[in-house]
Amino acid sequence: MSSILEVRGLTKKFGGLTAVNDVTFDVREKEILSVIGPNGAGKSTLFKLISSFLTPTEGEVRYKGERISGLAPHIAARKGVVRTFQETTIFRNMTVRDNIIVAHHLRSKASLAGFFLGTAVARADERAFGESADEILSFLNLSDLSGEKAKNLPHGHLRALGIGIGLATDPAVLLLDEPFAGMNHDETGKAVAMVRRLRERGLTVLLVEHDMPAVMKISDRIVVINFGQKIAEGTPAEIQANERVIEAYLGAEDESIGM
Amino acid sequence: MTDNRKLIGLAVFLLAVFVVVPWLIAVTGRKDFYYTLTSVALLSIASAGVWMTFYIGRINMGQGAFALMGAYVAAILITQYGVSFWWTIPLSGLFCVLASLVIGLPILRLRGVYFAMVSLVLTEVTRLLSLALPITGGAKGITNIPLPGAISLFGITLVPDFATLENPRIAFYYVAVTLMVLAFAAMYRLVNSRIGHICMSLQQNEELASSIGVNIVHLRLIAFGISSFLGGVSGSVFAVVTQSVYPSSFTVTDSVNFMLNCFLGGLAYVFGPMLGTLTLYFGWNLLFETGEFQLLIYSTAMIVLMLILPNGLLSLGENRRKG
Repeated sequence: MSSILEVRGLTKKFGGLTAVNDVTFDVREKEILSVIGPNGAGKSTLFKLISSFLTPTEGEVRYKGERISGLAPHIAARKGVVRTFQETTIFRNMTVRDNIIVAHHLRSKASLAGFFLGTAVARADERAFGESADEILSFLNLSDLSGEKAKNLPHGHLRALGIGIGLATDPAVLLLDEPFAGMNHDETGKAVAMVRRLRERGLTVLLVEHDMPAVMKISDRIVVINFGQKIAEGTPAEIQANERVIEAYLGAEDESIGM
Repeated sequence: MTDNRKLIGLAVFLLAVFVVVPWLIAVTGRKDFYYTLTSVALLSIASAGVWMTFYIGRINMGQGAFALMGAYVAAILITQYGVSFWWTIPLSGLFCVLASLVIGLPILRLRGVYFAMVSLVLTEVTRLLSLALPITGGAKGITNIPLPGAISLFGITLVPDFATLENPRIAFYYVAVTLMVLAFAAMYRLVNSRIGHICMSLQQNEELASSIGVNIVHLRLIAFGISSFLGGVSGSVFAVVTQSVYPSSFTVTDSVNFMLNCFLGGLAYVFGPMLGTLTLYFGWNLLFETGEFQLLIYSTAMIVLMLILPNGLLSLGENRRKG
């Protein structure tokens, strides 16, 4: 399998603090890769760097060989690298369906003026977005809630909606920000199954996550960072046996890394 | 609301402003109302612009600046370059669009109270500029702006020369109301098209909007440009209606009022600024008889209204439909 994303020597400094230090790894096409690490390890910063929400101090992120770090987030999204947010980040006052429809922005063939004038192209776009939104809603089991205001959704569904918004952009790589945070065992099980189905849709998934058992279950490969540096990379079995990883998590119970 | 009901609503509205209001004025003989309603129509156009910036999540207290710019552009073009009034309407709007792009690019990064403060300063800066620049005539302003000329197409006079009219105020009323109808029709279309939804996404969460590929810088400029266009149009017609423009024609107070009009009408409703302007303008004038208590009663009423109707006057209809 070839690499779709290459992270090369990525470094981010905030004043005197080095949040991410010289991190290098590849994301292969259609794999599920998780980035894990103890609290404050720099996971979130790394996540923002890869999705172009932050500009690296040094190093770069390449998507299909093309540099995307340092570009505006909407340009990275246009190229095919799209992130989701944690649950509260949705279009709160829109209905669930409108959340997904508006997120089809990148697929529009008509210009903004075209939408204002209601040209044939724009009307075709609107129809296509509606159909695609309904498909995404049923994929995420949200069809029953499509007319509900997004802010009224229960937590588990909010996360699904966030992923739906990401899917609407038709990404090649979807970056998930802690998709299992705050979920109970059953909910996590369902969410894990859903992330697997994302891959079946042909997506490459990169996720940043705390929940060790879920990560061990779902990931093809895992990258572990601690104090901003990559300390290990490998399959779940390799990571579980890795001395440095166990050391990084020392103090935490063994079961927290799924052993 | 079904399409039919919308069409009936539109027909009733057009009938009211173009036929019933002039008829009522003729019957009652209160010709002074023409000027009042012309002002309301023009101010509501500027308020609609402010509403547009609210729609992308910015509190705009700079509309007075663009109304003043529009007024001066029209006055200067008419008095010094002999441009027809009818051309100065779009030209003033376009001038304001250009100005808003230059100003908006740096300041639209700001959010919340910071944008509000900078835009407020913008109004004051524009007033001071109009005092200082040689072309604007300083504190004396520009006076004796001639009345609009005729519009002819293929030798047929569509609109007569205002100077030949017995009462040009009626003509100005029709001009202002026509522009208001056009402005609000365009706004309605905009908000109910996909552009409106994208603007809405910006208002709700700019980070999320950019993650789905929306160029938020670009879109903020478009919304601010539309807002300023409406401000400029409003100002340009105002200058010609009053046949004069001074640095004090539009001040910080006006900027604040444009914003209050939007609040009062309801930020979630396209027609909010129209109702808000009408209510505030008449409310303020009705309180004139209370003398020194005018401002006290007015501001108390505003505070109470915002407490009991935080979503504006138009939310009353919404509650009734739900209940």
